[in-house]
Amino acid sequence: MKYYNKIIFEMSKPGRMGYNMPKHDYPEVSLPSHLLRSQKAELPEVSELDVVRHYTNVSQKNFGVENGFYPLGSCTMKYNPKINDELATLLGFANIHPLQPEQTVQGLLKIYYDLQNMLSEISGLKAYSLNPFAGAHGELAGLMIIKAYHEKHNDVKRNKIIIPDSAHGTNPASATVCGFETVEIKSNPDGTVNLEALKSVLNDDIAGLMLTNPNTAGVFEKDITEIASLVHEAGGLVYYDGANLNALLGKAKPGDMGFDITHINLHKTFSTPHGGGGPGSGPVGVCEKLVEFLPNPVVRKSGERYYFDQAHDSIGKLGLFYGNASVYIRAYVYIMTFGNEHLSDIGPMAVLNANYIKDSLKDLFELPIDGHCLHEFVFDGLKDTSTNVKTLDIAKRLLDYGFHAPTIYFPLIFSQSMMVEPTEVESKETLDEFINVMRTIVKESLETPELVKTAPHNTIVRRLDEAKAARQPIVKFKDIK
Amino acid sequence: MHKYLPHTKEDIQEMLKVTGAESLDDLFSSIPKKLRLNKPYNIPSQLSDIELTKHMLDLSEQNQQLTIFRGAGAYDHYTPSIVKSLISRQEFLTSYTPYQPEVAQGTLQYIFEYQSMVCELTGMDVSNASMYDGATATAEAMFMAYAQTGKNTILVSDTVNPTTIDVIKTYAHYRNLNVNVIPSKNGVTDLDIIKENIQDTMGLIAQNPNYYGIVEDYTGFSDVIHQAGGLFIMNSEGQALSLFKTQGEYGADIACGDLQSLGLPLSFGGAYLGYLATKMAYVRKMPGRICGVTTDVDGKRAFVLTLQAREQHIRRAKANSNICSNQSLMALAVTIYLSSVGKEGLIMVAEESLKGAHYLYQKLLETKKFEIVYNQPFFKEFVLKANFDVKKFEDVCLSHNILGPLHIGNQHLLFAVTEKRTKEEIDQLVELVVNF
Repeated sequence: MKYYNKIIFEMSKPGRMGYNMPKHDYPEVSLPSHLLRSQKAELPEVSELDVVRHYTNVSQKNFGVENGFYPLGSCTMKYNPKINDELATLLGFANIHPLQPEQTVQGLLKIYYDLQNMLSEISGLKAYSLNPFAGAHGELAGLMIIKAYHEKHNDVKRNKIIIPDSAHGTNPASATVCGFETVEIKSNPDGTVNLEALKSVLNDDIAGLMLTNPNTAGVFEKDITEIASLVHEAGGLVYYDGANLNALLGKAKPGDMGFDITHINLHKTFSTPHGGGGPGSGPVGVCEKLVEFLPNPVVRKSGERYYFDQAHDSIGKLGLFYGNASVYIRAYVYIMTFGNEHLSDIGPMAVLNANYIKDSLKDLFELPIDGHCLHEFVFDGLKDTSTNVKTLDIAKRLLDYGFHAPTIYFPLIFSQSMMVEPTEVESKETLDEFINVMRTIVKESLETPELVKTAPHNTIVRRLDEAKAARQPIVKFKDIK
Repeated sequence: MHKYLPHTKEDIQEMLKVTGAESLDDLFSSIPKKLRLNKPYNIPSQLSDIELTKHMLDLSEQNQQLTIFRGAGAYDHYTPSIVKSLISRQEFLTSYTPYQPEVAQGTLQYIFEYQSMVCELTGMDVSNASMYDGATATAEAMFMAYAQTGKNTILVSDTVNPTTIDVIKTYAHYRNLNVNVIPSKNGVTDLDIIKENIQDTMGLIAQNPNYYGIVEDYTGFSDVIHQAGGLFIMNSEGQALSLFKTQGEYGADIACGDLQSLGLPLSFGGAYLGYLATKMAYVRKMPGRICGVTTDVDGKRAFVLTLQAREQHIRRAKANSNICSNQSLMALAVTIYLSSVGKEGLIMVAEESLKGAHYLYQKLLETKKFEIVYNQPFFKEFVLKANFDVKKFEDVCLSHNILGPLHIGNQHLLFAVTEKRTKEEIDQLVELVVNF
């Protein structure tokens, strides 16, 4: 990585342009001037090479999966195969207008249909819709389905969603956006659902429960069938947050556990590129009795013809078209490269890697939850706290050694959380290198703690003044004095 | 093993030893036996890269690439080669949310540049780092207005894209909010009807150019809406902002819309992106990520996510939006596109689209097979009423590899022209009408 300090606007010079245009021989048109903007937008004026060089330089200020190990917990940072990108952007996909007649998009509809079915098979749910744009959008869709289901049964007093305190922030936020009240229940020490706490809130005002399984501490909810039964008996539905589905590939299906609704993060489990924060894709799946509540449209098949259909009791439309098509084509390609022969290997390899790191480092780090983890685990800071080195410091020091940091200070149930998810793609050599560096950092933390507390040192910028950014927000080029 | 799975048998054995497990299965002992899968998934067999390439090529060829005269929210503008090439750089493509800013300055910087460009286009103070698409951005704008005003009803002009209205209705319904769709007059939003309905609402959502391609005049709207205590939300697609009076100039409070038209391929409707920008006064109600400038401990200029106390990972159930992943890579594509076309090029693209659309409009009227529906100024889309069988005409167009206009009901056809269409292609479409 190298420091590069130009902003594209600073390179602008009037008269330059990085673009050429066809000139058609059309008559001039003039619209009433009161409808026009008074000044041109001050966009940069640069040559094509300026643009290419600038964004190449900007890219080099970033760390990606191809730079090195990226054990960001709950984000499933796998290798993103090149062939997926190439095949998903074939012109026969890229140049297709979303409002083309069905007979002209049969290939795309087939992919859509087949992926719906593959996700059903993998998760054990009856039917899927690929409309949601991201995980949180899938959550929202799922909660809307819960609400629509109760509305259909005139059970309108059910206005509460139960969410464990270990959940991702999107869960309670989605519940709020969907007009529900969140009832947070305290977890057991290992992050699993406390059955007594659950029972104490189950009531006829409960619409459903949202659960991530394995949870954010990488622990499987061993009482999951009982949990689901309890919620069902109380008249609620059970929602599966698919953020951690990778652990279960080849090992278990959410549908078998009693979940009624799921979303799946294709950008996690099915390896579509995270894109610096998106686009994701969060297909929502449901059990049989909820099929007609799926967001519209759904893709169905009649004979050899694929077509868009409208679900009868649909929650409605969630976007202008049909979700992030270029993302789910990649997921489809990814699944096809594994097939039934190898898709089941992913979960076990991901879980092996997580346990290997955990057990190689647990002598030095506080391990609040002992025993085998699934795809990820959480350390709660250093065992030896005598030098007061925190999780944040260790994360920053890792950057110096060329690794991305794990997810830190999440889940909230531990004060020094460091959540490590290696995924199945990393070799033993890479994991060993990470383990060695972590051991070195622990040694440094005890011997030269200041070095760790002031890390990073080797990155292109060092610790940032976040308070200053919030105090005097500079959020666009014109704000820079 | 599989090419994406590196472990040898020996690796697996050595690693198992460290974990104290006898077998891989042992690692899953926390999963009750009755829930454990004991057979492979019922999905197709794996394909090698060669087979997969052939398979995907076959599927891609089952989609017809057409000469497009259809828009309605997705526009066939040209994407310069450098856009795809640069957004494919793995540093951008494979990284995630910039949680560790020291190693994510690249992502943060382009978000900052993107925000700056969106503010230029809209005339607003502050933009977020992107939303899923134009429709969800508009629904989230409604949530901002809800948080700001505490009222339960939003007015939406019926000249807004009907699918956008559907999405607004979905979001509103589940949050127990009401959507009041306000009828238009002669294809434009009527200020008098707004006046009659604006009291005790969150405000108004309008679109410019509207669904019919008409460039509306929103002079006076913001005063009426503000006097009633509401917010003015205006949706515009990206290209149009280069020519027409901006949300800022109209005194709107929230600018939103889709930016697919700025450098993103049609891609069957996604991935696109929505934008959301507002006045500084409302920034704390704004959803999504915002990047700001700061310095590091050595005083170097650097970028960082800021004002995060609005977001779901901090506020949880008290957050006003649940957005987490956005469409960051698409925001990068837009930033690269806007840098390429630049200040003058963006206007040229829009003007060629505008002129092409007006040329087609005139030519179609000359065929005498259409009636004028709205006699209003328009941009790159327009509506004409056909006096022929519109379904059959669509099929004729398809047989000539043309995606004709969208039938929006009542024999009304919505045409779109971009700078990619040539005069010859337009003449060919007109010829099909003449001979129909």
